[in-house]
Amino acid sequence: MTFNLPWSRRQFLHRGTAFASMAGTAPLFLQQTALGVAHPLGALTSSIPGAAQDRIFVVVQLGGGNDGLNTVVPWGLDDYYRARPTLGIKRPGTADGALRLTSSGSDGIGLHPEFEGMHALMEDGLAAIVQGTGYPNPNRSHFSSMDIWHSANPGGRSEGWLGRYFDNTCKGSPDPQAALAFGRTAPLALEGRRTRPVSFESPKLYRWMGEDIDADLKQAYRSVTGDPDKADDTLAFLRRTAMDAQISSAKVRDAARLAPLASFPGGNLSDQLRMVAAMIRSGLPTRVYYVTLGGFDTHANQANQHGRLLRQVGDSLRAFQQDLKAQDNDGRVLTMVFSEFGRRVKQNGSGGTDHGTAAPLYLIGPMVKPGLHGRHPNLADLDDGDLKYTTDFRQVYASVLDDWLKTDSTAVLKRRFKKLNVLA
Amino acid sequence: MPRPLEPLDPTSFGYWEAHHLLQRGGFGGTPEQVLTLTEMGRDGAIDHLLDWTKVPDPFPDPAFKTDIMRPATEAERREIRMSRQSGDESVRDRLRAERQKRQREDRQQIARARDWWLERMIETSRPLQEKLTLFWHGHFATGYRAIEDSWHMLQQNDMFRNNAAGDFKGALVHGIIRDPAMIKYLNNNQNRRGAPNENLARELMELFTLGEGNGYTEDDIKEGARALTGFSFRDDEFTFNSRMHDNNAKTIFGRSGNWSGDDFVELIFTRPTAATWICWKLYRFFVDDAEELTPQSKAVVDAMARTLRKKNWNLKPVLEDLFASQHFYHSTRRGIMVKSPVQLVVQACRSLNLPPRNMRKLSEACEYMGQSLFGPPSVKGWDGGRSWINTSTLFTRQNTLIYLLTGREPGSQPWDGGAVDHDLSRLVQHLPDIPQRDRPKDAATYLSRFLLGNVPEPFRLNQWADLARDRTLDGPTVTRLIAMITAAPEYQLC
Repeated sequence: MTFNLPWSRRQFLHRGTAFASMAGTAPLFLQQTALGVAHPLGALTSSIPGAAQDRIFVVVQLGGGNDGLNTVVPWGLDDYYRARPTLGIKRPGTADGALRLTSSGSDGIGLHPEFEGMHALMEDGLAAIVQGTGYPNPNRSHFSSMDIWHSANPGGRSEGWLGRYFDNTCKGSPDPQAALAFGRTAPLALEGRRTRPVSFESPKLYRWMGEDIDADLKQAYRSVTGDPDKADDTLAFLRRTAMDAQISSAKVRDAARLAPLASFPGGNLSDQLRMVAAMIRSGLPTRVYYVTLGGFDTHANQANQHGRLLRQVGDSLRAFQQDLKAQDNDGRVLTMVFSEFGRRVKQNGSGGTDHGTAAPLYLIGPMVKPGLHGRHPNLADLDDGDLKYTTDFRQVYASVLDDWLKTDSTAVLKRRFKKLNVLA
Repeated sequence: MPRPLEPLDPTSFGYWEAHHLLQRGGFGGTPEQVLTLTEMGRDGAIDHLLDWTKVPDPFPDPAFKTDIMRPATEAERREIRMSRQSGDESVRDRLRAERQKRQREDRQQIARARDWWLERMIETSRPLQEKLTLFWHGHFATGYRAIEDSWHMLQQNDMFRNNAAGDFKGALVHGIIRDPAMIKYLNNNQNRRGAPNENLARELMELFTLGEGNGYTEDDIKEGARALTGFSFRDDEFTFNSRMHDNNAKTIFGRSGNWSGDDFVELIFTRPTAATWICWKLYRFFVDDAEELTPQSKAVVDAMARTLRKKNWNLKPVLEDLFASQHFYHSTRRGIMVKSPVQLVVQACRSLNLPPRNMRKLSEACEYMGQSLFGPPSVKGWDGGRSWINTSTLFTRQNTLIYLLTGREPGSQPWDGGAVDHDLSRLVQHLPDIPQRDRPKDAATYLSRFLLGNVPEPFRLNQWADLARDRTLDGPTVTRLIAMITAAPEYQLC
């Protein structure tokens, strides 16, 4: 990886800035927003050599294990109501009943009543649901199963699948902004051998503020990174990260100041997607965005909590899609929503559900072939009380890599997976 | 080949060995403190850190309320029953509002507890005890958000502190399955006969004792969960609820019996990896945070595990051997670990003897850097190592140091580069009186070595020396110098 590109230091470091404080309880130096002087971001936009021009992939991770059966509801099956006497979502047409889907092949399958946003996307032909995604020998540990989804490697931890995609595609110098994650720790999915994602909790915290204390330090700070080399030790890693931070700081903060073009419902995921929409609109060179929402580990008293979560997920995704459409970028952006596992078929004794296996996955955008894909798992043929998966999630990855990111999925996934006919 | 834990020759224990010991076995210290530790010698220094009961601990006990969150009283329950019968919604509304008020108060208390613990780490005279308490918090990770009872978090914190280098099996693992906060966090209060909840059984083996997939099966989890049925709590105390307990035979690790939760723990400790897993975690915390063990590191972990077994799961001898070993002090293991956010903040305060800062701001800074005390991201705790660092946390780390050094909040309190509320120039006052042209480099050399623990590369020294060139080494100049050294990637390591 070469960081001594002349443009990287000259162009991105510390433009003139003015500051305005943000409301909130956290100290200003943590919360401060920066009103950077506007500059033409378009000129800085670069595409990744070898990657499909301008195509963007957004991953939405639902952490904790989303209850697939209460999200995409098999209301036509008596077995469902037998397994979930109190937690089951009622049939369409009753109060709080499931939302009916009209696409072909959706007989007896509906959506959680609070999942209205997704329902609208489905009815508008903008969403595809891949049913029963999972993998062989399911792991019911959050961490391990998440690692499996992130690495696409049931054998254990390795680089992330999208990190490997960047490693393979961007020989030479991966753009440090190619992958961007919201959150305090970068997700494994984006970490490659050479690719490091940019990640932050909030764009406004995303700069060095020492120069506010002593303007003389500004000059010195430019060389703070030292010389990032190719070594694999932790210091080299820190130096590369420090360089990534300097390069991306100003651009990201500028983008985050844009007002949204759609009405976002509010909440953690909503805020993240609003920001992603703004960054896409700013023409950042980012190709993969990663956002997360937790709280899906509903072991007890699931009903209300799960409804609130699905309300936010659905409405945020819909607003995100509306924003993208308003900026005329919807055709460039494919969104995927997944969780590390579904939950047991039978509800537990605490009004909740325990860790399970297969669950639906969602693809959103005008490029998807809308409707239900794959088979719904058979509730009468369980594996020790758990659903058997009907589609390997790596088939979805293969489709995204081959058909959307236009790369050779075999090289990234280390195996040939049969693609799904889910992307136009 | 020397033995894996071959002790360091006591005569090789000098200033920089003491410096390393105090960083890893504590949170670093001032040059004077490092010198004191050096003079104690290898064994004396280790004893001082590890035999902490001999060291007075003047940090005041907090006055926290124990009962902000509490079960409904008999009177409240009667009210609820009556209102349910009469259909009077107002009673329940009132009780709900009262509960919400208590929840608000409790959230304020947990924030105070967070500040208190961070301050305790900064001020304590027993740094290893606090550092181990932090280790256990990350190992038996429990988050307030799922507990919603600050007193339970504080009780757990006390349990970790009291047994920090104690009996791993008897005190800590048997203790954690009786700990109200953990029972609540992993839903074991809902683990009952006929409707088991596997959460605690799974994590007990996967994260707390054996390591994932190390010598147990999914069936062992299911049977272990049955053994743990009825392990619950009432108000602030552990309680065994015999009506919830499954009294039938369970087969765990191929052995059948009417096992209880405590039997389950005993059975776990018959497994071969029960000692290696915890020693690997300790090794990653104190010696090297790399994901993968080298054969040499593995030999050390195995030796630690043998000691732990031999000493009946007593942790103190294990740490004693580790801190005395050549392996621990080897040059390839110095300055290689990424500081946790808490380490970064506490070490900066202790080593530079900084004046007290606003603890709430520091707690929040730690949260932004990814380490909220009483709020680990999951039961897995903090991953540590490189996972602490991303482009964003790096900015926050640098910005927090600016606040610590100057007491000014970047962005809101401009500094003209003049005096700050304390004088850091005393750090370089002992340097010999040499010609002015050499002093910047001398100061940069000394400060960077002291702050980084090892000798920086020449280009670095020149950068830093330039900051002090043609200036007197007064407070503002030394502060500038330290601000830049602590902004460097090297400073993230210890």
